[in-house]
Amino acid sequence: MTNAIPLEAVLMVAAALFCIGLFGALARRNMVSVLMGVELMLNAVNINLVAFWRYLEPGFVVGQTFAIFIITVAAAEAAVGLAMIIAIYRTWLTSNVDNVASMKG
Amino acid sequence: MNTLIQLIFGLLAALIVGSAVMVVSVRNVIHAALWLIACFFGVGALYLLLEAEFIAVAQVLVYVGAISILILFAIMLTRESEGSRYMVSGWRLVVTAIVCVALFGAVLVPTIFTHTWNVPPPPVATPGSPAPPEVLAGVEDLGRGFVFSYMLQFQVAGVLLTVALIGAIVIAFEERARRRRVLTLAEEHEVRKRQKPARPPVTGERTPSPQAAPMSDGEQG
Repeated sequence: MTNAIPLEAVLMVAAALFCIGLFGALARRNMVSVLMGVELMLNAVNINLVAFWRYLEPGFVVGQTFAIFIITVAAAEAAVGLAMIIAIYRTWLTSNVDNVASMKG
Repeated sequence: MNTLIQLIFGLLAALIVGSAVMVVSVRNVIHAALWLIACFFGVGALYLLLEAEFIAVAQVLVYVGAISILILFAIMLTRESEGSRYMVSGWRLVVTAIVCVALFGAVLVPTIFTHTWNVPPPPVATPGSPAPPEVLAGVEDLGRGFVFSYMLQFQVAGVLLTVALIGAIVIAFEERARRRRVLTLAEEHEVRKRQKPARPPVTGERTPSPQAAPMSDGEQG
């Protein structure tokens, strides 16, 4: 499998996914859409970790362990982020990022 | 065999990147969440192709099963009634696109052109005997690692999850006395109009139909 696909191809897919997620996180106005962009970025990081594990250190578990921890942190982040979105919606009746600017200096 | 693997990889890459583009570009948030599920499935299939079975299963369980459902519920609970400007526009959009493309180039140029990855060659078959199987860390090694080498990190991850979920409940909790009646979209529109009289309201973006745009224009006038 490793001689069929070069490592750079997998890294290219991950980089594209990361940049698309960054664009979504920066350009979308809906808070849930911003969170979806962050999830895409976390997925890209995970692809990178698994690819490096598979190609460089396939005999050790470190790469997979990292990926599992990233998935855990992503789940926690999604839960807290969506709870905050719901709380903000209750307070300001909006889910638009630009309308929540009370901490703007 | 190699051609088949390359074909599958190409299809998966197209699925992942294409659905990710749809996630950030489609107008309806619900549709974006559904495209996100497709993207998660593609990433899980890519893990399977990279022979990380446990991560693939965890991806499907956690991302497709939990996070996307959470996102869909959050979308339903926070009904948006000003989705017409769903993306930044003008110079902000230009700057954002430039930043993303520049980051892509800055990551990709060293990856492909200047850096050499010391990928160990796969075991080759000697004449007379088949190729020895490559040593891959499987689920058993992963479980042993969690119990022995990474015990502390494993416990910390558990504590993090507990704290995050309790925090999410505390943040989203609403006292019964302060609970407001759920407004319909029309009532909410009235509230919004009272709160911000300066800004002209926009309606009809929940179902972007050909009739909606002229109606909203008529109301603005």
